[in-house]
Amino acid sequence: MNQNPAIGHNTVPKMTARDVNVFYGQKQAIKNVSIDVSAEHVTAFIGPSGCGKSTFLRCLNRMNDTVDGARVEGRIELDGQDVYASGMDVVQLRARVGMVFQKPNPFPKSIYENVAYGPRLHGLARSKTDMDEIVESALKRAGLWDEAKDRLNESGTAMSGGQQQRLCIARAIAVDPEVILMDEPCSALDPIATARIEELIDELRGRYAIVIVTHNMQQAARVSQKTAFFHLGTLVEYDDTSAIFTNPKATRTKDYITGRYG
Amino acid sequence: MRLLIAFALVLGLAGLAYLAGRARGNRMVTVAGGRMGAVHSRPVYHGAYVAVLALAPALLVLAGWGIVGEGLIEGQVLGSLSAAERPAPGNDSEALLNEVRGLVNGDLPQAFNPLAPRLAPVYAAARSNGDLLASALAVALLAMGGLWGWSRLRPDFRARNRVETQVRALLLVSSVVAILTTFGIVLSLIFESIRFFQLVSPVEFLTGLQWSPQTAIRADQVGSTGAFGAVPLFWGTIFIGAIIAMAVAIPLGLMSAIYLTQYADPRVRKWLKPILELLAGVPTVVYGFFAALTIAPLVRSFAVALGMTNASSDSALAAGLVMGVMIIPFVSSMADDSLAAVPRAMRDGSLAMGATPSETVKKVLVPAALPGIMGGVLLAVSRAIGETMIVVMAAGLAANLTANPFSSVTTVTTQIVALLTGDQEFDSAKTLSAFALGLVLFVMTLVLNIYALAVVKRYREAYE
Amino acid sequence: MATLAAPAAPIAERQPTDWTTQAMRSRIAARYRAERNFRRLGAAALVIAASFLAFLLFTIVRDGWTGFQRTETRIEVQFDAATLGVDPAAVAGPQGQALLARADYQALLLKAAEQLGPADDTLSDAAWMELREALMDNPALLGKRASLWVPVRSSIDLLAKGKYDLAAPAESRGVTDREVSDWRWLEGKGLLRTGFNTTFLFGADSTEPELAGIGGAALGSLLTLAVTIAIAFPLGVFSAVWLEEFAPKGRLADIIELSINNLAAVPSIIFGLLGLAFFLNFAGMPRSAPLVGGITLALMIMPVIVIASRVAIKAVPPSIRDAALGIGASPIQVVFHHVLPLALPGIMTGTIIGIARALGETAPLLLIGMRAFVTDVPQGFTSPATVLPMQVFLWSDDVQRGFVEKTSAAIMVLMLVLIAMNSLAIYLRNRFERRW
Repeated sequence: MNQNPAIGHNTVPKMTARDVNVFYGQKQAIKNVSIDVSAEHVTAFIGPSGCGKSTFLRCLNRMNDTVDGARVEGRIELDGQDVYASGMDVVQLRARVGMVFQKPNPFPKSIYENVAYGPRLHGLARSKTDMDEIVESALKRAGLWDEAKDRLNESGTAMSGGQQQRLCIARAIAVDPEVILMDEPCSALDPIATARIEELIDELRGRYAIVIVTHNMQQAARVSQKTAFFHLGTLVEYDDTSAIFTNPKATRTKDYITGRYG
Repeated sequence: MRLLIAFALVLGLAGLAYLAGRARGNRMVTVAGGRMGAVHSRPVYHGAYVAVLALAPALLVLAGWGIVGEGLIEGQVLGSLSAAERPAPGNDSEALLNEVRGLVNGDLPQAFNPLAPRLAPVYAAARSNGDLLASALAVALLAMGGLWGWSRLRPDFRARNRVETQVRALLLVSSVVAILTTFGIVLSLIFESIRFFQLVSPVEFLTGLQWSPQTAIRADQVGSTGAFGAVPLFWGTIFIGAIIAMAVAIPLGLMSAIYLTQYADPRVRKWLKPILELLAGVPTVVYGFFAALTIAPLVRSFAVALGMTNASSDSALAAGLVMGVMIIPFVSSMADDSLAAVPRAMRDGSLAMGATPSETVKKVLVPAALPGIMGGVLLAVSRAIGETMIVVMAAGLAANLTANPFSSVTTVTTQIVALLTGDQEFDSAKTLSAFALGLVLFVMTLVLNIYALAVVKRYREAYE
Repeated sequence: MATLAAPAAPIAERQPTDWTTQAMRSRIAARYRAERNFRRLGAAALVIAASFLAFLLFTIVRDGWTGFQRTETRIEVQFDAATLGVDPAAVAGPQGQALLARADYQALLLKAAEQLGPADDTLSDAAWMELREALMDNPALLGKRASLWVPVRSSIDLLAKGKYDLAAPAESRGVTDREVSDWRWLEGKGLLRTGFNTTFLFGADSTEPELAGIGGAALGSLLTLAVTIAIAFPLGVFSAVWLEEFAPKGRLADIIELSINNLAAVPSIIFGLLGLAFFLNFAGMPRSAPLVGGITLALMIMPVIVIASRVAIKAVPPSIRDAALGIGASPIQVVFHHVLPLALPGIMTGTIIGIARALGETAPLLLIGMRAFVTDVPQGFTSPATVLPMQVFLWSDDVQRGFVEKTSAAIMVLMLVLIAMNSLAIYLRNRFERRW
């Protein structure tokens, strides 16, 4: 991976999590996870399915609130502000911490309306031309402009899977978030579309703090600078990606990397 | 009553046939040394085979006699009178026959019609002869069928396969009843409507603005009075069922569904949903009573308070309001289903953008579920316009063409009931017009349903 | 890194969103307000729907609970043989009961009513039946005096129950001064009592509210539903089995399916037209009979049963069928030994819901004449009868004030039965619902 020289190494973390526990009813899904997410890096969460990596990701923008019976303990901060504090505004939090889902989920609206949805909600555009500008720049950043500029009024659901996922990324970018959470964004896509998303993630790096959950270790190695390995609801190891893949400290990480289980 | 005895007898004999067949099957097994496979089918199937062959023709005979018998007897009884004495077909004949029946059954101590005592023995004889003949024929067929079946039993006879074929045939026949019912409805409506349209032109019926069937009792009046213009009825039906009722049911039903699916705590939902469903379980006659006795006076006082002098006590508003409440659970459950069919990813996607739940509902879920919701609303409309008791009890009989909710309008169903209850001659244009109205109602609801179901289906497929 | 996703044109840079400005904060506050209002709107919709139901039930119970009571007055009766027109010697004979049944109790009552003085016109028209019952139960009373409670007229009954607004002017309160003074006189003498009205529960219809009962209509409903169940249940389940398990894909199955779906949505009154045109006029079956009513309702609820049964049958996993077929069961045996027993709870739930619908249905029965005024309990499947909801309809049409409470009381009984049936259906669904 080519390192962007502009990124320093000793940066202030964008998000921090301390002793986070998550329960679904009686079942504990996350046990005592503490982690820092840096603003300049792409951070990958890896681990076997059911290890809690997606659950933890959904804590970062409080999407677990929408699950009946889910309970989060511990402290998660965004720029030093407690995300779960009573004064924290979920609407604003989710605007600042965007999310891209496993399966592309464009709304059954036009491409333009999909991208304009967030800015409209949050009142980010002052005029129609302003909105056009936001939509255009979001689509450009998501690398979708050339394909979409002539069909902005067509339905977002009529696009191919890879295009839909980039549309979802454009949708998330349009509200100008600080962090983008990606929950296995390529698992429903073919290899070519996956490659494009991975390139896109690399393009976006530095501008947004990016956290990506993936079960694909090669993908983690390709796109991330930091990797966290989750297993059975615990954070086993968190280090530079190169260190994790070349010299894992924990045996469980090593077993996973080398394919003993997964 | 005698038919019931014959029925019981036939059933008993069929039971005997079953036992005989099974006994023969058992004997074959014993003869074969009780070896598995020596006899193709188990003895019960031998029994069942014989029983079915015995029972089926006998039951057909008895059922056929039960359906057409009374008509044949009546024909014979009336036929015994000379042409001069014979009462006019329709009400007069029916009244006379009722008296005759009463005399024969002993319900009626004395007849008013002098012909009745003379006809009573004729009727009694015809009935007992007919019953006897039918029963004898049934028993004979039963014996023949049973014996033939019994004679076919062999160790290698595939009794089970035969019985199963017969069961399959029974299942198929049961399914065909639905088609027959549909045909029965269509044929009886069309048949009677054609008779009506021979008296009144369809154009006049469908476009006329005057409806006063009461003035058109004499056949020679019909064409000239223009009394069968059904437009005010169609308007009243739409006004109450599709406008007022939906103005109540759509917002309340939709908002209830949204609250239940998006906001309510699961425990609360568990209690609220059955309460809502209870609204659908209240008999319509109860709604009608409530509308007429409680809501209509309230609506009228309200109209008077507004300064209306001619507020009606059977206003369109009272009937429509109550009908709307009745439809709420229907709209709500259709909306519930449609909202549930929108993939959860849509909702998550919107929430993850920082939308509030209400913004998610208004901007993503409802637009996505709209075809399904619209289909549900159309089904609700079709139910509302076919609803009878509420409008019979709470809406008026005056065919007004008005958009004032405080005045009285009448509906298709109200008129059908008004035209067909009480003592009318069945052949008059007045009673026949009820079938023409029924045909219009049937076609209206059918079109609405087929269209709505197609919309809902296409919508469901979009998310599968 | 290749620059595949690199933008072709420069991207306009925007200032990062400042969430802390006053405008942004008040915007978010406004959005939360809208959220709360929307949520309240939803709750309000439910509250409106529920309170309508509560209001309905409240008015029915308020008006109806007194329908289960009736007011009686005490009179002293001298069972005088001469007034009764019977010979005391013959009464002791073998024909005694028959003689007593035919005696002139009206005259006896007329005499006894004299003791009520000014209020002698307050007894119910059927009060003499109480005298007959008393004497036939105990023939020894003949020639003796007895103190009996007999029902009073509906107007006195309603006065005793406080159903009239006595402060209203005489012409609009619906009861005459004479009746009010009669009632005050009886009340003052302590001659009135209010007790449970067995006539209402077990008697048949009457033109007098104080004598009317729902027993006849209830039995009519029972007979009608018996016919309905006997026809609709087997037909419905069999069609569902055929459609789900045996129907070859093709035109026939499609037509049957279409018919059933459409029949499920056909307005109930259309079935009444079918019953009138086909069963009554074409086939010549008897009017007003439970048999015809039952068949008509059976055709109406059959689609409900078919649809519910199909869902239940479909829910039985194919693995069960495969397992049974695999050990050599025939398809028919698979259905009757395995699929139907497993689907039974769902089928029963659908059937109960269908029957509840049939029990509450009025419109189609109106057209086949089941609005007959029947003062005796129905004798059989072909004799004239009426049903509970029809009784409600008939009474609600009656101008006599006393029928209002009877109508509401009949509704209470009907609703209780319906709620019990629906609860049973819900219980069955929850208790036996199996998730595969």
